[in-house]
Amino acid sequence: MSVTLRVPTILRGLSGEAAEVPVEGAATLAELLDKVEAEHPGIRARVLDDDSKLRRFVNVYVGEDDVRFAGGLETPTPDGVTVSIIPAVAGG
Amino acid sequence: MSPKGLAFAMTSLLDQTGRHGATTSSFGAAINLTCRECGATYDLGPGNACEQCFGPLEIGYDESLLATVTRESIEAGPRTMWRYGELLPATPLVDLQVGCTRLHRADNLARELGMKTLWVKDDSGNPTHSFKDRVVAVAASAAKALGFSVLSCASTGNLANAVAAAAARAGLRSVVFIPHDLEAGKVVTTAVYGGTLVAVDGNYDDVNRLCAEVAGEQPWAFVNVNVRPFYAEGSKTLGYEVAEQLGWRLPDQVVVPIASGALLTKVDKAWREFSRLGLVEAAPYKVFGAQATGCSPVSAAFAAGHDVVQPVRPSTIAKSLAIGNPADGPYALDVVRRTGGAIADVSDAEIVEGIQLLARTEGVFAETAGGVTVATLRKLLADGALDPAAETVILNTGDGLKTLDAVAPVARPTATIRPSLEAFREAGLA
Repeated sequence: MSVTLRVPTILRGLSGEAAEVPVEGAATLAELLDKVEAEHPGIRARVLDDDSKLRRFVNVYVGEDDVRFAGGLETPTPDGVTVSIIPAVAGG
Repeated sequence: MSPKGLAFAMTSLLDQTGRHGATTSSFGAAINLTCRECGATYDLGPGNACEQCFGPLEIGYDESLLATVTRESIEAGPRTMWRYGELLPATPLVDLQVGCTRLHRADNLARELGMKTLWVKDDSGNPTHSFKDRVVAVAASAAKALGFSVLSCASTGNLANAVAAAAARAGLRSVVFIPHDLEAGKVVTTAVYGGTLVAVDGNYDDVNRLCAEVAGEQPWAFVNVNVRPFYAEGSKTLGYEVAEQLGWRLPDQVVVPIASGALLTKVDKAWREFSRLGLVEAAPYKVFGAQATGCSPVSAAFAAGHDVVQPVRPSTIAKSLAIGNPADGPYALDVVRRTGGAIADVSDAEIVEGIQLLARTEGVFAETAGGVTVATLRKLLADGALDPAAETVILNTGDGLKTLDAVAPVARPTATIRPSLEAFREAGLA
């Protein structure tokens, strides 16, 4: 079971400059972030706050779905899906 | 700028952009990018989010340079928004003669609403007929100074017009992304400038997300993504102009339409700057926000007493305000609560009535966002939230000719008659 994590520019310093990172064996967004953290320390703490909630100014999409409209950190991450982390402060 | 500041800014340009041609003076008194949430600072350059906390980056200025600005230095400037250039993070490398739009005294509308003094700041008079020319003027100039050759954006329409026109003027390529169901008028008035126009099968928030991802791949200046700190500062000029046009003073109340929330926060920032710099007397004012009920996440958060904004999926005729996940929503809430204002929302039917009311009483034809503002003004008065005796300014951010579809069903000929005097008499039109 493999999922692709799309890494925003501002976090690529933590992913070895990789724009996309494959993640194996994560059934939910929370599990995915745990596994990414093991490989690329620091990313989880940038995405989640001290209470392990999504930071105010970050959007996460599983496929086309904003996880705030889905199951939050418990949103399933099915095999083959792409997960995108995107700074929220854009537009307007 | 101090020698230390000069060295800092010059270094930052070379370090972060790797591009040539920019000089410190290209960015006026700007010295860095500062995270609004955690205070981390970054060198001037492309970027909109903090690497530490994803918070929004804002322009940091050399306060000693800002302090040299006087009423006289502003009045000696051009009759465009660049008269406030010393308070902006760019110099006019791209100039379409934006700003200095009329402040229209709306006595007829005031009388109809039982108000004492009401003004309409009418930004439909800008080159592409909306306030977006202001933000694009700064963003395009900064982008050019940073060495970009492509100007891009996600847009609900008005920004698309402004980016395409500014790029044409500046000799830059434009790549504009819009929702596929935008008003026909806004599509034509973008495409005519000859740039690349991409209709995306999704709503504005989908387009915005796409652009955030494309910005990570393409070396383009997305005015409202990686150049957003510069871009957003352009909205301050709307606030500056209102204060100058009132005779260097602030109104008691202002009603501002909310899409991303950036305009509302920047009008407040402009007036705080003018007060701090001694350009106006530091008098209290109240800021009110206006949204369409079909996309009212900030209004809902205000009513619920929340300081975070729950995103929504928009469904309203006010497409220029249809941002379901407003980036500056929390800050707009902060400003409204700090100043003692309020936020309300109005239905699509009320929006159309608002457009008609302004047109019928003042001869000003606003786009749907203007209809939202007028209808919200009326609602806030009815609710007792807005003081009818206090001097009030409302912002019309765009031209009604852009959103003809919204009013076409109710703005029809009074009668259709044969070309004869008898027919005219029979129709009872005298």
